[in-house]
Amino acid sequence: MAVGRDHFVIAFRSAFLKKRDKQRFSLLTLIFLSIIVIILGNFNFKAINFIKLGINEVIYRTSFIVSMPENYIKKGNIHIKEHINLYDDYKNKEKEIKRLKQQKLSNDYLILENKRLRDLINESINSEEIFAKVLIDKESPYLKSIVLNKGSKDKIKIGMAVIDGIYLVGQVIEVNYTNSRVLLLSDLNSKIPALIEPLGIQAVVSGTGKNHGEIEYTKEKYKDEINSNEMIVYTSGLGGLFKPGMPVGKINSDIKNDIVFFSDFSQLDYVKVVSYIIGSNK
Amino acid sequence: MSSLNKSSFFQIFLSYLPTIILFLSVFNEFDFNYLRIENFSFNFVHILIFYWTLRNPNFLSYLSIFLAGLINDVVIGIPIGISSFCYLLICSVTAYIRNITLSPSFINDWLSFLFIILLINSIQILILDLIYLYEVNYINYLINSGFTFIFYPIFFFIFNYLNQKIIIQQND
Repeated sequence: MAVGRDHFVIAFRSAFLKKRDKQRFSLLTLIFLSIIVIILGNFNFKAINFIKLGINEVIYRTSFIVSMPENYIKKGNIHIKEHINLYDDYKNKEKEIKRLKQQKLSNDYLILENKRLRDLINESINSEEIFAKVLIDKESPYLKSIVLNKGSKDKIKIGMAVIDGIYLVGQVIEVNYTNSRVLLLSDLNSKIPALIEPLGIQAVVSGTGKNHGEIEYTKEKYKDEINSNEMIVYTSGLGGLFKPGMPVGKINSDIKNDIVFFSDFSQLDYVKVVSYIIGSNK
Repeated sequence: MSSLNKSSFFQIFLSYLPTIILFLSVFNEFDFNYLRIENFSFNFVHILIFYWTLRNPNFLSYLSIFLAGLINDVVIGIPIGISSFCYLLICSVTAYIRNITLSPSFINDWLSFLFIILLINSIQILILDLIYLYEVNYINYLINSGFTFIFYPIFFFIFNYLNQKIIIQQND
């Protein structure tokens, strides 16, 4: 028994403490170092934050450069597919433009009416927009996020909304000097207040860690009502961070709770980072 | 071709190949860990570190593994230090196995690999879920561990071929 224990101790010491020929550090030193890094990462000291920002800056830029060849291949592949489907796409787009032209007329009227009504109650929504390029969109099974090429020097702040065209895609969760990280709506930790139209039901849209979202915190009686094909999810603006009425996604008619996001998060190239000032005109 | 095989640059390149692959895997946007295929993912970096630190640790230094872990954390956006700690845990298990094994066998390695990936994924979940209060999908972790275990033999044979090639080059 004692011999067995001795063997274990010798093997353990040799594995953890002894440096091999080409190893500059022992395993135990590096394990302690990584534990120290984890612990220090939790503290909000100025020095640690500066180091973290520096590491982030260098790694994000390097990752962008390393991913360049792969991104060229990806884009080339998309171009080829677009060329192959050109005629079909053209026909579909022609139909869509016709439909949208008709819809625009009624929308113009609604916009003017909305503006008049807001003026009546002295409410205003002002926004500041910053255009940003997506540097990295390396998603993991654990965290759905993207890195943008704009940071604190471009007045990006934590909590700002990120939109693709008119569709909400997420919010800023980390800001470095020249870049920032955006948590996508599909992430498990993303929760945004929403409005389900045309029923007008208030709900919380949560990410699932997959490519779709789901509706949380809606009473059972409302859940039964959500079964139409034309259910659109908009931001409700209740959190104060987002403007009300930004389109988020469409409710999948087959699975009542699932939301298909309007924006394809895997194809984001340029996005708008927006902060809203919602208040009174007075 | 034979002159290329004998060139010192090629020899140096081959000896650094595991490190180059490791850094490309953590830096690059393409990730086997997230293939955008429903219920399918595997952790290539875990396989790479396990194989090379077990079979030929001279070609993959612990320091580079530590740095690769830090980079991986920053790129995928989890708290810094977690991946380094998990990667080094793989190294510690492989170092221990190396010390207690006289004649290496593939089956033993494979079963040890299952033990270590379950251990490090559990540790990662514990840190993310309990300390940092991240909401994590346990099923994803389980699927990832399962496929990483299943894919080990394929990469074992590829890396074994590469390892032999490097050893032959070094002895030439």
